[in-house]
Amino acid sequence: MINLSEIFQILPLLIIGAGILLSLVLEMYSKQSEKVLPWISVFLFIIAGIYSLFSINETRMIVFHNMLSVGGNTHVFYFIFNIGAALVCLLSIDYIKKYGTYYGEYYILVQSSVLGMMLMAGAKDLLVIFMGLEIMSVSFYVLAGLNRKRLSANEASLKYFLLGAFATGFVVYGIALIYGSAQTTSLEVITAKFSALSTNLLFIVGVLLFLVGFSFKIAAFPFHMWVPDVYQGSPTTIAGLFSTGGKAAAFSSIIITLIAIFSNSAQNVFAPYLAVIATLSMLFGSIVAIAQDNIKRMLAYSSISHAGYLTIGLAAGNQDGVAGIIFYLAAYTFMNLGAFGIVAMIEGEAESNLTISSYAGLSSRKPLLAAMLALFMFSLAGIPPFAGFFGKYYVFIAAIKSDLTWLAIVGVFSSAISVYFYLRIVVLMYFKELSSELTLFESKTGLIAVIISSILVILLGIFPGSILQLITNFM
Amino acid sequence: MLEQYLPVFIVLGIAIVFGVATVLSSIIFGPQRPTTEKLSTYESGMKPVGTTKERVSIKYYLIAMLFIIFDLEVIFVYPWAVQFKKLFHEFGISVFISMFIFLVIFEIGYLYVYKKGGFKWD
Repeated sequence: MINLSEIFQILPLLIIGAGILLSLVLEMYSKQSEKVLPWISVFLFIIAGIYSLFSINETRMIVFHNMLSVGGNTHVFYFIFNIGAALVCLLSIDYIKKYGTYYGEYYILVQSSVLGMMLMAGAKDLLVIFMGLEIMSVSFYVLAGLNRKRLSANEASLKYFLLGAFATGFVVYGIALIYGSAQTTSLEVITAKFSALSTNLLFIVGVLLFLVGFSFKIAAFPFHMWVPDVYQGSPTTIAGLFSTGGKAAAFSSIIITLIAIFSNSAQNVFAPYLAVIATLSMLFGSIVAIAQDNIKRMLAYSSISHAGYLTIGLAAGNQDGVAGIIFYLAAYTFMNLGAFGIVAMIEGEAESNLTISSYAGLSSRKPLLAAMLALFMFSLAGIPPFAGFFGKYYVFIAAIKSDLTWLAIVGVFSSAISVYFYLRIVVLMYFKELSSELTLFESKTGLIAVIISSILVILLGIFPGSILQLITNFM
Repeated sequence: MLEQYLPVFIVLGIAIVFGVATVLSSIIFGPQRPTTEKLSTYESGMKPVGTTKERVSIKYYLIAMLFIIFDLEVIFVYPWAVQFKKLFHEFGISVFISMFIFLVIFEIGYLYVYKKGGFKWD
């Protein structure tokens, strides 16, 4: 039975879980819920995020009959999810007004998706991963189509639901085969038996199916087809959450399931598969993004190529790889949310101002926004001294250490291609004439969120070593 | 390990062969004298009306979804209620509290559906 002291070990999960119930009650009984709910969500996310940050050094343990892990990198992930979601809520306050009808479920669903992500990152059992995945995905399907009167939102939601359900099928089948070969769903036991299991064909097929399912969720190349349409159709702030929180949660699940391959790279029998996925995603994302006219679609293809860079860390299969992935995810979350946040602030009513040409001459109208968008674009392109550079650097170093130099070279090549479409926006903003028909909306809370993410991107870029050290300590 | 499944595959094979053989043999050897009466749709002796592809109100789906959710709640509560005495002796009051928390979470969902008009037919 449940030990009472164990319950307080999972305080971040409890805060968000209680927050969902509180928000539901408020949404039912309060007429002011539209004004109150976003601030309650932001408050809860910040409390949970800060608590996770300060409890990183607490003793790491596994609670609830080997179901959930506490402390260490689990809390690093909790921090990433919660602060990311807090930024999304801050951005949404003004965005939702111009997007159309307000639905109270918006913030409740953001909270429940974060709860799902936290379960995925904290899981020590395959079934907990599955439960977290479903909580997150079902909230995402609804969030994508929240504006049910808009045709593109319906398309996004349906596409995401059908392909997401398909992907979940792969994950469950993979879990079934892993259970069949290992006779357990406990990740502790699977990790302990990994070297014996990695010669078992049934186990390898199971893990590959599991990886295929999660490749949908991280938007890696052969399973990426939903990404551009879903990002384009769903609310811009929510697209930011899909590309950061959703991706980080899926990577956290892959890492904790395959944690054994990072301690002994001889066990990494999946390296060829992962290397192919990484190569194709990087090149495909970078090359197709060049042809995009819509900035949300461009960011969607950029998200595919970033999934590729992150997969390099998995293919490398060493301690540097996993630390690099976690650092990269933190950096990517803040820089991509910042970019999506500025897109959400520039976007007008009824999906206007979303073409790349509408950014022409932005620097003379909104110098601060233009400067920050330029910062995020430099960071996404991987130009020092911003966070994105060090993320890529650590992942490439990990690849070189496991004799995958060719993969690192492909990565550098692909980021050189990506510089073109990232910097095109900077060039448009600073060196082109102002487009006159642009009507801009003011958003103070959105501005605060974007400033916070730009500060975090700069901080991660200035002190990458100490943060990486923190992550490595918990391996 | 796979040879353990051999009997299953044998049974599967026999079932497929038997099914296909009976249907095929009745088509080949059976006498066929079709009439209009025989070929028409049989619906409990009534004359068939309209098509089968009727549009169903979306409210049915809502009710069906809510039914499944409450059905699942009962699935959790039944075994707990049956074993309650034994569990109570073993673990004390926390058995009661944990189910109570589960039900409170559930009732908030129920209230939400009620307040949002999920149970209204029109």
